[in-house]
Amino acid sequence: MTGAAIVLLTTFLASSVEAIEMVTIVVGVGVTRGWRSTLLGAGAGLALLVVIVAALGAALTAIPIGPLRVLVGALLLLFGLQWFRKGIVRVAAHGLAGYRGQAPQDEEVLSTGVDWTSFVLAFKGVLLEGLEVALIVVSFGASAGHLGTAIVAGAAAIVVVGAIGFAVNPLVARIPRSLLQLIVGTMLTSFGTFWALEGLGVSWPQSDADIAALIAFYGLSALAFIGIERRSARGTLNAVTS
Amino acid sequence: MRVVRSLAGVGRFFYTFVVGDDWTVAAVMVLGLVATAALVANRINAWWLVPPLAVVMTAAALFKTTQRSGLK
Repeated sequence: MTGAAIVLLTTFLASSVEAIEMVTIVVGVGVTRGWRSTLLGAGAGLALLVVIVAALGAALTAIPIGPLRVLVGALLLLFGLQWFRKGIVRVAAHGLAGYRGQAPQDEEVLSTGVDWTSFVLAFKGVLLEGLEVALIVVSFGASAGHLGTAIVAGAAAIVVVGAIGFAVNPLVARIPRSLLQLIVGTMLTSFGTFWALEGLGVSWPQSDADIAALIAFYGLSALAFIGIERRSARGTLNAVTS
Repeated sequence: MRVVRSLAGVGRFFYTFVVGDDWTVAAVMVLGLVATAALVANRINAWWLVPPLAVVMTAAALFKTTQRSGLK
């Protein structure tokens, strides 16, 4: 395999990992809260990313990605925990019947008509993950002397993963919203935990694979909480009817 | 006046976005991140602190919600 082919494959695979995180957030938020504001946020994040990349070029590696990870990760963690909790309460109360079709009512939709929660979540996800893809492209491409090849590989990773994300979107949209809120809350909490701690200098034992471990940990905790909430509600009902 | 109203709206939005309906969860999680930073500064790879803390705070918030709704 030639040097350019190795750079192409390595950059594509490394960028795909970041692109999966980006697309997961955008599709999850879009399906849960509506697409208009989510796509506006993703577009704004992409536009800012293009400006940053165009302005800095190869100097991109000077961006302090650690503090950015802490900021974005902490915000995602705090917001994700809110959806995590609400998802648990709603799935425990309504099961998988959910509350399909209702407009988002939990957070503010300001008078501009933009759902800022969706906007900010998509904006942050695209900007941070896009910056990470750009950093991978610059690091791999510049160090191997194949920057053009690395740019093609990074862009291809985003396009391919994005296309897969939007292809599965109709399937995701069929999931009841209470369950979807719990799933997206679990994802946001997991990504937020991972990024915030990585930004603080924590070294995850299994690197990116620990995102899956975090999703499993929070997911199993959610199942336990749903079981406890349901038993508690049944106990109350029995006490009232006996 | 319109600018002040807009700024207040943005402030309300970010408060709701970050803090939500239970400020104690946000406060404890921020303290958890600060504690992790302190441990990392002392060469302790504290990846194990925040995830259990998030689960404990979720349990506490769920308990408070159940108490408030009068189910217990």
